Amino acid sequence: MPTTYWKVRPYVLTGGRARTRQHLLVHTLVSVPFYDAIFASGLLPEARSLYEQARQTRSVAELSAVCGMSLGVTRVVVDDLAATDRLQIHDGHYTTQFDLHLLERLRDGLRQLA
Amino acid sequence: MASASLPDSPLLTSAKIVIAGGFGVGKTTCVQSISEIPPINTEAWMTAASETVDRLDPGIDKTTTTVAMDFGRLTIGSDLVLYLFGTPGQPRFWPMWDDLCRGAVGALVLADTRNLEASFPAVNYFEQDSDVPFVVCVNLFDGVLTHQLEDIRAALTLSVEVPLITCDARDPSSVARALLAVVEHTMTRTTGAVPGALAAR
Repeated sequence: MPTTYWKVRPYVLTGGRARTRQHLLVHTLVSVPFYDAIFASGLLPEARSLYEQARQTRSVAELSAVCGMSLGVTRVVVDDLAATDRLQIHDGHYTTQFDLHLLERLRDGLRQLA
Repeated sequence: MASASLPDSPLLTSAKIVIAGGFGVGKTTCVQSISEIPPINTEAWMTAASETVDRLDPGIDKTTTTVAMDFGRLTIGSDLVLYLFGTPGQPRFWPMWDDLCRGAVGALVLADTRNLEASFPAVNYFEQDSDVPFVVCVNLFDGVLTHQLEDIRAALTLSVEVPLITCDARDPSSVARALLAVVEHTMTRTTGAVPGALAAR
């Protein structure tokens, strides 16, 4: 894991913003729908690193960890990229985490490991 | 073990179970034993300046702790992945619990009978401050249950609706059974009675 520590205050990168348009949970999955190298080269280093890492589907928490950014900053950067459709947020096809079908699938999956 | 990368499917969905409990009860071990990726310990909410080393009671050879949160991942199917998030153990991290618990399927509160008080705050949190269904799980250090479960239930003043189970956090299949208990408990809590779910234990 990267042990990069912030030398500047983290929210400088987000222009002081700590809120996002949509609520991004720590386990929300994010991916790059179509990778654009030219677009990537124009991004700030932190956003670029996140964009590159999200070429592979990852959760917000994983992106925060691999990019060495705090969760709050990661959320804002993800949100910005998603606003222009550069990132896809997998909201999932379950409306709630208590969806019976989802719970059944989790149960059956865990049973195989138990 | 599944591969390190997630299946590349636009339909991929994620679910989350929170692993809670006091400091040193085995949350990290629990996540570690079942995760298909090396558990990621991230200083998610922290800056380097606030990093500290916490100390446990003498006799327990653990000198560092989860500074913020650690998490692991378990692929359930080609379009479903389960994340496990260990809560930060120390009281100064309380505000982050709300953030971690939002959207969780359920929570597994680990308890250590040698230090039951360590898990009181976590039990209180899920009883009073959260809607997330939870199961309390006695982590069998050395694989031995040293107290009767009913005594432990009384000591934790746990209501009868909350399942109380045991597990060995070092054993992946034991952890899987504990997580299964969480999912089944959530099913009974949210959909009414599921036949056989509770009887199975």
